[in-house]
Amino acid sequence: MPRVTPQAIPIEVRGLVKRYGELVAVDGVDLTVEAGDVFGYLGPNGAGKTTSLRMMLGLIRPSAGEVRLFGRDPQLGVKALEGVAGFVEAPSFYPYLSGRENLRLFASLDGGDALERIEESLGIVGLAGCAKDRVGGYSHGMRQRLGIAAALLRKPRLLMLDEPATGLDPGGMRDMRDLIRELSAGGMTVILSSHLLAEVEELCNRVAIVRSGRIAYQGSLAELRAQAGDSYLLRTSDEARARAVLAAQPGIEGLEATADGTRFGARDESAVGALSLALADADAPILELSRRHATLEDLFFSLTEGDAPPPAAPAADGAPRRHPVEAA
Amino acid sequence: MNPGVLTVYRWELRKLRAQKRTYLGLGAAALVPIIFVVALATQSGQPDEVAFGRYLHDTGLAVPLVLLLFGSVWMFPLITALVAGDIVAAEDRHDTLKGILTRSVERQQVFAGKVLATFTYAVLAIAITGAVALGAGILASGFNSIVSLSGTRVSATEGLGLVGLSLCFYLVPILAVASIGLLFSTVFRNSAAAIVGTLMFSLLVQLVGILPGLGALHPYLLSTQFNAWQGFLRSPIDWGPVIRALWVCALYAAPALFAAVLVFLRRDVAGD
Ligand SMILES: Nc1ncnc2c1ncn2[C@@H]1O[C@H](COP(=O)(O)OP(=O)(O)OP(=O)(O)O)[C@@H](O)[C@H]1O
Ligand SMILES: [Mg+2]
Repeated sequence: MPRVTPQAIPIEVRGLVKRYGELVAVDGVDLTVEAGDVFGYLGPNGAGKTTSLRMMLGLIRPSAGEVRLFGRDPQLGVKALEGVAGFVEAPSFYPYLSGRENLRLFASLDGGDALERIEESLGIVGLAGCAKDRVGGYSHGMRQRLGIAAALLRKPRLLMLDEPATGLDPGGMRDMRDLIRELSAGGMTVILSSHLLAEVEELCNRVAIVRSGRIAYQGSLAELRAQAGDSYLLRTSDEARARAVLAAQPGIEGLEATADGTRFGARDESAVGALSLALADADAPILELSRRHATLEDLFFSLTEGDAPPPAAPAADGAPRRHPVEAA
Repeated sequence: MNPGVLTVYRWELRKLRAQKRTYLGLGAAALVPIIFVVALATQSGQPDEVAFGRYLHDTGLAVPLVLLLFGSVWMFPLITALVAGDIVAAEDRHDTLKGILTRSVERQQVFAGKVLATFTYAVLAIAITGAVALGAGILASGFNSIVSLSGTRVSATEGLGLVGLSLCFYLVPILAVASIGLLFSTVFRNSAAAIVGTLMFSLLVQLVGILPGLGALHPYLLSTQFNAWQGFLRSPIDWGPVIRALWVCALYAAPALFAAVLVFLRRDVAGD
């Protein structure tokens, strides 16, 4: 067993595929989560987030591809989960045991000094008061908190959370965000799946957006934002002529006719300047030419919805697809 | 201390202690002998056609032996299956495998712990039936000598030893039933299906045993092994059925456990 060096990469996923009969739940996912990342794994329902996380935790066998956690393969046994904790879907417990007993069970199976961290973990998630009650009577949000506590018992260097905020009340969500920030500041690497863009925006430095089992975008949030800003709206007195000019103009791409005019992407601002001159030459007076700051939300929807199939080859790590971003 | 099979075993016992079905099984194991003895005490007749049946009013030692004969049809298989059929499937019912399999114990250790806990429960069930049957029987019919199957009279103390030995040996087929229950529990992932399946298996084997023309199979049926302990109650001891029961039961249990382990090691832990 190779010694785990602190600089080993927390998560490396290459060509990960999971098929359920005809259905391809995860379709060639490549993912790298670096030490210190708070990585958002974002996608709509059924995109394959949970299935990917299950494979990363060694709970299900990939149909193809591989996972490395700190350089170790979780398919080969629980040694690979040393320093790794997390849960998929709603965390589950033995309903006939108390919250504390459930944690004692998990801590016993963790070994080491996990048993000594039970009270501290219960305190962190705010369950110390009802730890003696049977989990059968816990609310969804309380189980979610207990799931976090169970993960903290392992004192992980890598924390994997599948939609950690589901079922939490607003206060619980805030506590969860604060906790993740605090853990991250303490050096923990975190991957969390979510369909809530806002949650990911607030917490994560890097994201992967999945759609139908494929990565549609992977990179830093800053790059994603830059990409999101790169859109213009043009309205002229002669739309047909303007469209022809746009189509012929270098550095202009992604034309889309909307009710307000024509939306397009530009390679850079000089391309927009050249466009305005070309429109004047073509006798298509500009009524409006403005830069649109598309929100991340728009981008998320454009990446995860619509008929366009996701790109055959997912973007290389850190390099967003579509238009290359220059000033990131 | 590094966690291992013993850690899982301890927690499986703790989980059994916290579940109603455990007490249902062990309660039945205690209650059936009591009901039997009470019924016996209120009647002057006795089941003459069963081995040791005619001594029920003469000595308490006959009570556990008659119960072993009668209980092999479905009572002990059911009591065993109640836990064996549930112990893996319960993890699927509560969706808890994903929790325990992402800690620091390997799947084979988890499975081994469950096998040990199931066997412990089965041993306890037989021990309870034996102890209660002896206690109640001796109260009702006295602690007297018993006539062996060969017709020789055996002293009460020696008879007690033979009854103990028989109870212990009864565990051999019981653990084979437990192994089959564990297999069904692992494969079906549903405790009702596994319990019913185990019972059906046990009854089907008995059915094969009474079919005409299949007499040659008889010595190798699991149901036959439930009578192997009678070898101890002959003088001299008839080792034939005893030895055969050991390997025949191993032939039922080992493949069942092996298949169960393979399934458990390879299975996907995904909610389905
Ligand atoms: N055990 C299974 N058997 C068959 N199909 C499955 C199984 N698990 C998942 N799937 C399918 O794989 C796809 C991906 O499911 P997955 O649970 O990974 O999505 P998700 O991104 O986590 O969605 P959500 O946001 O709703 O949690 C879905 O189409 C789902 O129906
Ligand atoms: Mg999911």
